[in-house]
Amino acid sequence: MAAVSLREVRKSYTADVQVIHGVNMEIKDGEFIVILGPSGCGKSTLLRMVAGLETITAGEIAIGGRVVNRLEPKDRDIAMVFQNYALYPHMSVYDNMAYGLRIRGLSREEIDTRVQKAAAILELKDFLDRKPRALSGGQRQRVAMGRAIVREPQVFLFDEPLSNLDAKLRVQMRGELQSLHRRLGTTSLFVTHDQVEAMTLAQRMIVMNAGRAEQIGAPLEVYAKPATTFVAGFIGSPPMNLIPREGKLLGIRPEHLEPCSETEAMLTIEVDLIEPLGADTLVYGHEGRTGESARIAARLPGAVEAKAGKLSLRYRKEDVHWYDPASGKRIEA
Amino acid sequence: MVENRPGLTFLAHAVLVLGVLLVAFPVYVTFIASTHTLEAIMQVPMPLTPGDRLVENYTQVLTAGSTKGSKAAAAQMLVNSTVMALVIPLGKMLISILSAFAIVYFRFPLRMFFFWMIFITLMLPVEVRIIPTFKVIADLGMLNTYAGLTVPLIASATATFLFRQFFMTVPDELAEAARVDGASPMRFFWDVLMPLSKTTMAALFVIQFIYGWNQYLWPLLITTDESMYTTVIGIKRMIVGADAANEWNLIMATAMLAMLPPALVVLLMQKWFVKGLVETEK
Repeated sequence: MAAVSLREVRKSYTADVQVIHGVNMEIKDGEFIVILGPSGCGKSTLLRMVAGLETITAGEIAIGGRVVNRLEPKDRDIAMVFQNYALYPHMSVYDNMAYGLRIRGLSREEIDTRVQKAAAILELKDFLDRKPRALSGGQRQRVAMGRAIVREPQVFLFDEPLSNLDAKLRVQMRGELQSLHRRLGTTSLFVTHDQVEAMTLAQRMIVMNAGRAEQIGAPLEVYAKPATTFVAGFIGSPPMNLIPREGKLLGIRPEHLEPCSETEAMLTIEVDLIEPLGADTLVYGHEGRTGESARIAARLPGAVEAKAGKLSLRYRKEDVHWYDPASGKRIEA
Repeated sequence: MVENRPGLTFLAHAVLVLGVLLVAFPVYVTFIASTHTLEAIMQVPMPLTPGDRLVENYTQVLTAGSTKGSKAAAAQMLVNSTVMALVIPLGKMLISILSAFAIVYFRFPLRMFFFWMIFITLMLPVEVRIIPTFKVIADLGMLNTYAGLTVPLIASATATFLFRQFFMTVPDELAEAARVDGASPMRFFWDVLMPLSKTTMAALFVIQFIYGWNQYLWPLLITTDESMYTTVIGIKRMIVGADAANEWNLIMATAMLAMLPPALVVLLMQKWFVKGLVETEK
């Protein structure tokens, strides 16, 4: 296990196409870090740079205090789980897991011990002789993880490993990943575009946008205090409302809005869309009559009977966030 | 067909039976002719039932060829043909799979240039470059040798292209996973790409075996020594002149022998061959 440091890491393909604009982060030993962002934000590229599958244009990546910029992936002591699993189709589950160890020249007994142990952890004991094509998606996923576990690396790298699974399996594997990390305590980097995965798995997360780390922090901290309008608009479903007020942007989460009488109203919206979800009801509308003003969403308790038309809302002052419209940065009150 | 119409079924079968007869009848006549004496098959009409000279005719051609034309033994010619038909596909595969591996998995200067160079040789089959090739082989003293028979036919753009197309369908992540696992490029080639290419190789082998076996023009040019004749050339050399002067029964026996190995290869490798052409599972 090891700490990972990213120092001013940059990546450009040609002189004017830069995809990573200087990311800085210190990842502590044993930490589970999620890199979150929309597609094309450079999150996979960043992970692949840590893995050694992409070159580093500028800056430094260190694993366990050792700068690895010029090292081959095999010499970085990492293991990677790919989005499409990348299992060797002609090898059995056992051989898939053992392949890397054989190349490393481990003894037959040592390989067998490690593979059996990983198979036990991942409940793959009954499938060791099967070929990947005879496995279900979830089982393939577990083999891919097994291949990473047997290596006993310093760092696990996950590149959207759950996105090819169906919704139910994804939730289950999320739980298994968490317990696996508790058990092994290996430093992990996990790339995803799914904020629920990020919120539930991460000890800390990096929210990336267009090659920049917009915010780094614990999930609840990021949720409670988004550093930029991008983070505010990316995290939360529906995301934070951003309403222009006095030359600044007022940010308020949908669940912090509550219906009230007209006299108490701090915000009045014209409701045009209602989504009852059972536990609560989402209402959407515009402030005022013009269609041009900001669109606002509110999460009301399920018991509230919502109807189209005017809706008066209020919020508590301490739930409000302020942003600078030009830079998108948070203004601390 | 989903619908059940007896008329159509009958028609379909009639067409198929007719097709089979059209292809099979000449082969049958060849076989019949190879079991009779020369006199018997020169009669009009020629007999259509097997004669009694099967063993004699085949023993004659296998050990001593014909009596009037070439006296090269078919046994030796079959060995020569087999060598040619094995060395060509194996050599082609070895060279093509390596060049395809280089072109798909390595970035080196002028990579596309080299790919197109290989590709353009498709336009230059043996027949087009036959005179310069003959000159080169003759100057290298490779006339009447196995090397002379096979080397000029080994380079293959088709096989390189086929392997390239196959490698491009192998997901990049597989190569990356192998890299993370610590496999060197050649190790990845050997442990992952080669096993995955098995069916493609089988399909290529069948096609190229037949290509090598059926070579006519090239061996005709460079083999003058009877001991180096291939079977196809042997047949040609047995035909000496006017129709009546040829020992057609012996020629037909040699033709039967020439047809057998390719048919066997196709039959035995049919399953793999079809898999190699249609398989999509990666």
